[in-house]
Amino acid sequence: MIEFLSQPWHWAVSGAMIVFVMFLLLWFGGRFGVSTNLETMCTIAGAGKVSDFFKVDWKKRAWNLVFIAGAVVGGYIAITYLSSPEPVDIAQSTRDYMTTIGIDYPASISEGNGYVPAEVFETPWSVRNLILLVVGGFMVGFGTRYASGCTSGHAISGLSNLQISSLIAVIGFFIGGLLMAWLILPWIMSF
Amino acid sequence: MKFIKYFLVGILFGIIMTKSEAISWFRIQEMFRFESFHMYGIIGTAVVLGVIIHQVMQRTGFLSISGEEPKWKIPGSAKYRYIIGGTIFGLGWAMTGACPGPMFTLLGHGIWSMLLVIASAIIGAFAYGTISSKLPH
Repeated sequence: MIEFLSQPWHWAVSGAMIVFVMFLLLWFGGRFGVSTNLETMCTIAGAGKVSDFFKVDWKKRAWNLVFIAGAVVGGYIAITYLSSPEPVDIAQSTRDYMTTIGIDYPASISEGNGYVPAEVFETPWSVRNLILLVVGGFMVGFGTRYASGCTSGHAISGLSNLQISSLIAVIGFFIGGLLMAWLILPWIMSF
Repeated sequence: MKFIKYFLVGILFGIIMTKSEAISWFRIQEMFRFESFHMYGIIGTAVVLGVIIHQVMQRTGFLSISGEEPKWKIPGSAKYRYIIGGTIFGLGWAMTGACPGPMFTLLGHGIWSMLLVIASAIIGAFAYGTISSKLPH
């Protein structure tokens, strides 16, 4: 059983499982949308004193924080007990491209599992890597609240509820993502 | 006690995110470079099945366990926020390889640098909240 689950999952299995999570959250009376938590954390930290935007009853959103705490534990369980025997099977063309911008893809599991690039995440305190992590994180937080949703809230929940606003947001995700992946990231990595 | 079910579904979500590889920085780059179908397959499957589930639930009057109508929509309507906010998020997504769910699951992988990303994302949300009234929506 463990061996069966430890294989990399087919994309169709993964997609179906994500919908199962969305369904469970709707059934429980919640909603599948993770980025609301970033706002709730601001409220709990006392941001309501600075801006009325954060004056909400965070207890009504506490279930979502519990959900995300579970996602941390789930990550630990999956990587500790259900880890794949090989690194993530990234396309060869992507691996070759990564080499040209200074990121070596792990050849075997002993070198890494292919979830994050060691060149960025293992040495976060260099100026370049701090910019990637801090500016990138800031834009994720700012952008998801501006767009009122992220991949879960718009690309999955919103699109499957046939919301035009979510389609527009997803188009935005791709405009930003394409600009970063093709133009800005190679430039940042050159430092 | 009512929170336990959310915690368990969260665990399931963390496992799915890991095994689907949707939280891999490399998978995100691969997606934006159009070099693999993997991420499109995941999102595509989820949206197609999600549409079916939504339609069935909405047409059969599905109720949540507390007997209420599930929360279908984000309240409010706007013109610019989705495209501008979405683009800003997309820039950050391709930079960190992590959206708000995966950054927490990757923390569970023991990738402590994610704390920097998470803290920055919370500050980003705070910055949006403080200037939101001055931004075009």
